[in-house]
Amino acid sequence: MQQIHLGGIDYTILVIYFGFVLGIGWVLKRYMKGSADFFLSGRSIPAWVTGLAFLSANLGAQEVIGMAASGAKYGIMTSHFYWVGAIPAMVFLAIFMMPFYYGSKARSVPEYLKLRFDEKTRGFNAISFAIMTVFSSGISMYALARLLEILLNWNFHFSIAISAIIVLIYIFLGGLTSAIYNEVLQFFMIVLGFTPLVILALKDVGGWHALKEKLIPVATSQGFAPGTWTDSWIHMNGALDNPMGVGWFGMIMGLGFVLSFGYWCTDFLVVQRAMAADSMSAARRTPLIAAIPKMLFPALVILPGMIAVAINFSSGNHFLPLAKDGTPDYNMTIPVMLIKYFPTGLLGLGFTALMASFMSGMAGNVTAFNTVWTYDIYQSYIAPGKSDTHYLWMGRWATVVGILISVGCAYAASAFNNIMDMLQLVFGFVNAPLFATFLLGMFWKRTTGHGAFFGLISGTIGAALFHGMALPQGATPGIKGGWIISIGEFAAIALFVWAVFLCIFGTSLIYVSRSENPGANGFRIKLGKLFVQILSPALAFCSIIALCHPNRGLLFHSEMGQNFWMAIVAWSTCFIVTILVSLATKRNKSDEELKGLVYSLTAKPKTENEPWYKQPVTLGILVLLATIVLNIIFW
Amino acid sequence: MNFDLRYPIGIMFTVFGAILAVFGLTSGSSDIYQAHSLGININLIWGIVLLVFGLFMLALAVRASKKPGPPKK
Repeated sequence: MQQIHLGGIDYTILVIYFGFVLGIGWVLKRYMKGSADFFLSGRSIPAWVTGLAFLSANLGAQEVIGMAASGAKYGIMTSHFYWVGAIPAMVFLAIFMMPFYYGSKARSVPEYLKLRFDEKTRGFNAISFAIMTVFSSGISMYALARLLEILLNWNFHFSIAISAIIVLIYIFLGGLTSAIYNEVLQFFMIVLGFTPLVILALKDVGGWHALKEKLIPVATSQGFAPGTWTDSWIHMNGALDNPMGVGWFGMIMGLGFVLSFGYWCTDFLVVQRAMAADSMSAARRTPLIAAIPKMLFPALVILPGMIAVAINFSSGNHFLPLAKDGTPDYNMTIPVMLIKYFPTGLLGLGFTALMASFMSGMAGNVTAFNTVWTYDIYQSYIAPGKSDTHYLWMGRWATVVGILISVGCAYAASAFNNIMDMLQLVFGFVNAPLFATFLLGMFWKRTTGHGAFFGLISGTIGAALFHGMALPQGATPGIKGGWIISIGEFAAIALFVWAVFLCIFGTSLIYVSRSENPGANGFRIKLGKLFVQILSPALAFCSIIALCHPNRGLLFHSEMGQNFWMAIVAWSTCFIVTILVSLATKRNKSDEELKGLVYSLTAKPKTENEPWYKQPVTLGILVLLATIVLNIIFW
Repeated sequence: MNFDLRYPIGIMFTVFGAILAVFGLTSGSSDIYQAHSLGININLIWGIVLLVFGLFMLALAVRASKKPGPPKK
């Protein structure tokens, strides 16, 4: 791998940038008077700032480096992550879900779950989320240090230390506001730092049409139709027709519906930015303001990948460095392009933008962690009823501890790669069903706390079982899936779990009804008897039969296909179980308590007095229309 | 919050723009542009773009600070 030689001017730009980053934290310090300032920015930030931060919080390194890599590997189909995945979910969040998040005055997503459902649902979400954020922050730190080691020959420990210290200082001083302001700074760095890269690279290959020509042999050499790298929809009829190994249904449902809505609408990391807005109207506009640049980002992050693979192919595989297994190392796309097209000077700007994206990825996770830790774990379970100053103090120290754990994770990642894959896998299981819980909670007032909790648990188990029996092509059983060998075994386990679940559930149904009203013989008792006496034994019997019929596990054409389908299974399981358990349990919140938390019990936010460009619904429709046009242009 | 983010953005990009533009002017005949950016003096061009962007942000911030702010709640 060719190394970058940064000149004095490049280092000057790098140092000035981080000077501004720390300076913003220092200026904001005097505004941090209470815990609400530190964790929620005092709900005082204008919509354009929260909007760009909303976008930028997700614009970490995995986005920039990963999307360019996908652009090289899969071509323009990568845009589905934006035009099918992110944008519709952001519009949905703005129009339908934001009124509940912002209007309920919940300080975090787990706190919303507590207000809407109960303590155990909040606890499950808060704890899994807190662990997840420190690990993601650690992975960002590790990736940055590795990249600096390869490109600049910087010492690994030095890179970890310097990135941890910079992030620590500016969050410790300025809390969420500092993170948000720096995310906006980073947004402009990325846009202004990478635009000349795209312009120069596109000019070099001779424009879009010449690029299309050059990508034809890339596709045909791998056995795909000529236009596969430049048509986003034509080659999605079957999973075998495109390099992603996914068909249109798995794409739209798995990525477009379950995964994207799950991420953009329920992940506190992004939702926290909108919660910091200065009014309901600004909170609802936040995701929409983010959606406008998000729509155009494929040009900035996917296009360089497509250009790189075209150059790589025509140079006979000599442009991109090779990974250990002999295939091109697509993760190096952006660094290689920077080295090729940027002279010293501009190189400093581009490289600073790249470093900034790693750090804001860390910072976003750290601010989400310290809020959830302080409000949802510390204040709820460990030390309730302390003064506000105490929680502000706790938030600062949670930042320090969170970063220290992240550093630990970064070293764990460098020592045992598998542990990190494993953790990300488990988080995937926990996250996949979440959106079903929120959807039912917000739009069906009958959903109960028990329903939400057991729905989430079943969805997580469903995801794990599905992963256990699915295997992407060419992978060995283990961390990639397939640890339950056959469909027979899977069905046996699934049916058995359901049998046990229905048995416990039916028994408790009868028990609860009887204890409320001895001698009752109503609907719930009958339902309970049906579960215990008929359905549960029947399922147990089927599970034994299934065990006798082993056959091959589900084979997927790609890991992505496997992930999308796992999400669909987890979501559906959670959705069905939540409905079933809710129907059978008593509501634990009255209509009065659910005001502001559920659609049918909440007054619609008034927007008539705002000009059209501030109306969420109007903006949302415009954003969706523009996205449809983009899909058609690159069909 | 009494702190307009457009000031730091504006100042930072004005500084970056000035640095790149001046460097571009002084290194105009250097062969770094042949080696990397297709013979284009991209430092000068992009430096000017950044300079204009930075000054525009500053102008917006100054204009906003001169207007009487919305009534404090």
